[in-house]
Amino acid sequence: MTKAFYKPLAKAAVALAIVNILAGCSSLGVQPWEKDQLARADMALNSEKLDLALDDHIYFSKEGTSGGRSLAGGGCGCN
Amino acid sequence: MQLTSKQSIASALALASCSLLSQQVSAVEMTPTNDDWKVDAAIMYYGEQDRVQAAEVIGNVQKAFGDSSLLDLKIVVDSLTGASASGAVAQDESQTFTRPSGDGQYTVDVGETPLDDTFHDTRVQLSANWQEVLNQDWTGNVGVYGSKEFDYLSMGINAGLERSFNKNNTTLALSGAFSNDVVDPVGGRPVAMSQMVFRGNYATDTDYQAAFDQTRLDGDDTKQTSDIMFGVTQIINRNWLMQANYGLSSVSGYMTDPYKILSEVDVNGQTQAYRYENRPDSRLKHSVFLLTKGALDSGVVDFSYRYSTDDWDIQSHTLETHYRYYFSPSMYGQLHLRYYQQQAAEFYQPFLMSGDAIPEFASADYRIGDMTAYTIGLKFGQRLSGGHELSYRIEYYQQNPENNGTELPGQLQNYDLFPAVKAIVAQVSYSF
Repeated sequence: MTKAFYKPLAKAAVALAIVNILAGCSSLGVQPWEKDQLARADMALNSEKLDLALDDHIYFSKEGTSGGRSLAGGGCGCN
Repeated sequence: MQLTSKQSIASALALASCSLLSQQVSAVEMTPTNDDWKVDAAIMYYGEQDRVQAAEVIGNVQKAFGDSSLLDLKIVVDSLTGASASGAVAQDESQTFTRPSGDGQYTVDVGETPLDDTFHDTRVQLSANWQEVLNQDWTGNVGVYGSKEFDYLSMGINAGLERSFNKNNTTLALSGAFSNDVVDPVGGRPVAMSQMVFRGNYATDTDYQAAFDQTRLDGDDTKQTSDIMFGVTQIINRNWLMQANYGLSSVSGYMTDPYKILSEVDVNGQTQAYRYENRPDSRLKHSVFLLTKGALDSGVVDFSYRYSTDDWDIQSHTLETHYRYYFSPSMYGQLHLRYYQQQAAEFYQPFLMSGDAIPEFASADYRIGDMTAYTIGLKFGQRLSGGHELSYRIEYYQQNPENNGTELPGQLQNYDLFPAVKAIVAQVSYSF
């Protein structure tokens, strides 16, 4: 089979995927009374704040890249 | 569901009570229930094999004022000792280096990776953050921090704003930070790419000191960092949420590591001289961070990916996951896996070739070279009476620096110029 045959197929697949994502977005989320699981303390994005801070400090001083999860910050001369 | 008969009401109630019961088992509530103070404290040990050892104590106090205000105070104290790679390459003969202060020398054995064992520092960091719920949709926060170690002072401010939409299913966040750092290295800042001098090459201390001073600049220097981050948090369904962040960070000022050097070698790989490194005085970084987190019947799991790139040409990919499993409502075990891969900065080179022109910027610091790294960690947590929690964590971290494609001349082929760095992290945390 040739490339020309694939091209419209690929375009259709991408278009379908985009439509799917958009349709999916409209149904994203829950009603306020359905937040029981999400309200658990261990589901908070900062539920392990100290571990994350300590990890960030290690990786900040040992690797060439930092930040991403939150503001990169810094505050030490270790890198 | 339409309830058309008494029977279906009864079955719906039965179903609802079942789900309540099962939640009681699975949803372990970790926050204290009866006061508005929350204290988290941890002590951590970080130890590299034959290299850096660090101990860090961290304390965080949170105090709520009514329903709308939250004060967060944090103190971090850490102490570092041990040796770090200076950037010089291993050799067929022992090597002698002048200490960064210019006062004294140290020797490295045949075939050993040169480590500077003068590494020693204590750092204290204080930060405070105030969060205010402005109304149903808007939340704001402001913060300050300061950090001091022997040769480094950092002062910063930060602020952020969050807006919730769509029945609080979507949150947009915009935050920014600015910091000003003052760098005052031991022995002064080296003149960029200048050659290390040795006491043995001079007749008197005065002559040596004069030559050493020629390799140093007077006074301290500064570095300014500005960060902006834009984030979206979206609830997907009853159990899953996701977060996407874009961060832009601009750094300007002194970013050279004053304690790092490069070996200058001949065609046989034999060292002719050592030069102090030099890095550009500006850097612009972009990062994209994606996280998804899910509540499971008996635990929690998250997956994240970060892509980062900058105008030093350092690109990195980070994949990370945490999986927590509750053995009982009061006890959990957690697995942590992380994989990191980075591409070298454009001015990274493991050594210089004598005879070649001296580049404006060069560093042999493996931390900005090609590298992969991984972490495997285990944590155990136990909920105690009164909402207190005790947890233990142990992790193994290994860095595998790689050659960035540089051909190794002569004797350098006999040595591992990119040795792995292996470290253990041990931590005990207590919350109440």
